[in-house]
Amino acid sequence: MNKEPFLRMSKRESISIGKSVLIYATALLLALVACAGVIFLLVRMNPIDIYKAIFDGALGSKRRIWITIRDLLILLCIAVGLAPAFKMRFWNIGAEGQILVGGLVSSALMINLNTKVPNVVLILLMLAGSAAGGMVWGLIPTAFKAKWKTNETLFTLMLNYVAMQVVTFCIVFWENPKGSNTVGIINQQTRAGWLPEAFGNDYFWNIVIVAVLTVVMFIYLKYSKHGYEVAVVGESERTARYAGINVRKVLMRTMAISGAICGVAGFIIVSGSGHTISTSTAGGRGFTAIIVAWLSRFNTFVMALVAFGIVFMEKGAIQIASQYGLNENASDVLLGIILFFIIGAEFFINYKVERNHK
Amino acid sequence: MKMKMKKVLALTAAAVMTASLAVCTASAEGVAKEDVKVGVIYIGDENEGYTAAHMAGIDEMQAALGLEDSQVIEKTLIGEDEGCADAAFDLADQGCQIVFANSFGHESYLMEAAAEYPDVQFCHATGFQAASSGLENMHNYFTSVYESRYVSGVVAGMKLNEMVENGTITEDQLKMGYVGAYPYAEVISGYTAFYLGAKSVCPNVTMEVKYTNSWASFDLEKECAEALIADGCVLISQHADTTGAPTACEAAGVPVVGYNISMIETAPTQALTSASINWGPYYTYAVQSIIDGTAIDTDWCKGYADGADKITELNEAAVAEGTAEKVAEVEAGIMDGSIKVFDTSTFTVGGETVDTYEKNGIEYVSDGYFHESEFGSAPAFDLAIDGITSVIE
Repeated sequence: MNKEPFLRMSKRESISIGKSVLIYATALLLALVACAGVIFLLVRMNPIDIYKAIFDGALGSKRRIWITIRDLLILLCIAVGLAPAFKMRFWNIGAEGQILVGGLVSSALMINLNTKVPNVVLILLMLAGSAAGGMVWGLIPTAFKAKWKTNETLFTLMLNYVAMQVVTFCIVFWENPKGSNTVGIINQQTRAGWLPEAFGNDYFWNIVIVAVLTVVMFIYLKYSKHGYEVAVVGESERTARYAGINVRKVLMRTMAISGAICGVAGFIIVSGSGHTISTSTAGGRGFTAIIVAWLSRFNTFVMALVAFGIVFMEKGAIQIASQYGLNENASDVLLGIILFFIIGAEFFINYKVERNHK
Repeated sequence: MKMKMKKVLALTAAAVMTASLAVCTASAEGVAKEDVKVGVIYIGDENEGYTAAHMAGIDEMQAALGLEDSQVIEKTLIGEDEGCADAAFDLADQGCQIVFANSFGHESYLMEAAAEYPDVQFCHATGFQAASSGLENMHNYFTSVYESRYVSGVVAGMKLNEMVENGTITEDQLKMGYVGAYPYAEVISGYTAFYLGAKSVCPNVTMEVKYTNSWASFDLEKECAEALIADGCVLISQHADTTGAPTACEAAGVPVVGYNISMIETAPTQALTSASINWGPYYTYAVQSIIDGTAIDTDWCKGYADGADKITELNEAAVAEGTAEKVAEVEAGIMDGSIKVFDTSTFTVGGETVDTYEKNGIEYVSDGYFHESEFGSAPAFDLAIDGITSVIE
């Protein structure tokens, strides 16, 4: 008896844009329904109010809109940084560390130079320094991989913890007051090294930097020779070698770019947002950004949308937690549900499921 | 002479400040009780002892003043970064007239919000910058927790005496261990008070302090307590937020004095009591001030006498005989002022009695004792006294 299963899965050759949008939309809808269901079970509130709270939390006031934008920009910046690495199938799990090192270099310059140099010079130094810091942190595991074929997933992951320890070490010198283990807001009086307000907006420069990176990365990946090489190496290293591509060089070059952009994200966090440094400065965003980059198929404009979706839900979930007296951890549960559905949608985009006909 | 001059200056400054406060008070109007909105920013949540104590204080305030649940907006697990500023701004945007934050690192973020919202009162626990910030709506609060540390130390000392009498340990094994968070004034002041409390009934005791370099880490605190026990400590206390140390003590059969919450559930046979803070009186006072339209103290620090400090219930299964009576006697002494925790005749530094200690231009020692928490709500005592070994790795 050879019994055929009821359902049959097969890999899709291709999928139309309309269909993939439909699948994602369905997933998002299901996620919202599931979230509302969970919250309803917990607090017995009208589900419509719950959706209103989500919206309210993310976009309910001018300040909340800007906070959403600020966090969206940071997440997007990291995702843009990760895109070339992941497109090359280089599993850079080390964005957290690269962000921290970038933030650390920025903080060090802010603390030590303060008003000794003009603010413009200081900020440019911080930008360059953080990019260099992130680059070095990204190049260490790449060099080992290129030379000795070490596993980059483990190596980049472990460097995150090294970066955290380096930050802890520096905090010993910078803590204020002594023994408190917090650095506090750096240069709160002088505002030296803070990205300045422009056109009445605190986050103007954050927008400029991230927008430029997003556009340039899109062009770089899609239309440049480098971008093509990245894609080929990602598909198959052997093919790349056969085609005469210097794989080592592409590895090093791409990770230098990836690490540098993640370092710049650290600069944006320190200089343009938090104005402090701690081991939780990256705060897990280096991992969330992997999902953003991957779901967007490395299209940086789609990344902006996905990042917005994630930050929107995150802020909404926080609002629900405080509005209904839930623990803030409840928002992690909701985010988990949403990611589950969105990542689940990936499956239906790559595979089609059909009923078996007799 | 010089000192006197400083005192006069300080007094004048205080008088001027009080007068200016009185002026704003006169112009400020109260808020109807049903319109009051209170915002609270917590570093942790109900699963973490320190924040749980604050939450209990907020609940006490809510019950005492009869506020609705919707009038108190609580935000949990807010880190010491821009997330704290976001939370503070958001609470002010939502119409809170008063916002509390409970973690040390929240302070500078709260000050940013205070600068932008001059009509909202911002109160920060354990901080030290309100007076120097120049912001009239920024306040610090703490309690004289060293008093409860001292009383819990007495409980520990009684236990040590009993152990010597029973022959469990000998006179030369009298060493306590202390699991500290960071080598920071708040911690140093706390463990010194604990030690002096124990020493007041058990004169030959010494103490070893180790740090976890974290405010709350179950594993680190447990390991730290285990290391202290291995080092020959026969009784453990802690200034860190989890039940890590009591867990290690219960397993090793070593008596333990906890912090914040009763540890009897964690260590039923070994927990003696815990030094604890009752934040309720402050929250009630501060929110009542909003209702009345009166000014809130820039630095608020009350202790045992005002119900802001206490020790948790004594574990009858573990404490020495006569502890309850002794505790009552010491508590009465602290409340009427006859016992000074940092009485300079009870300790030495490098073999010498301390008769002067100046910090930030303030003389702390006078009338035979160190005036802890009298010039600012955050603890200031950070002397390394004889008898305590502090191990910084």
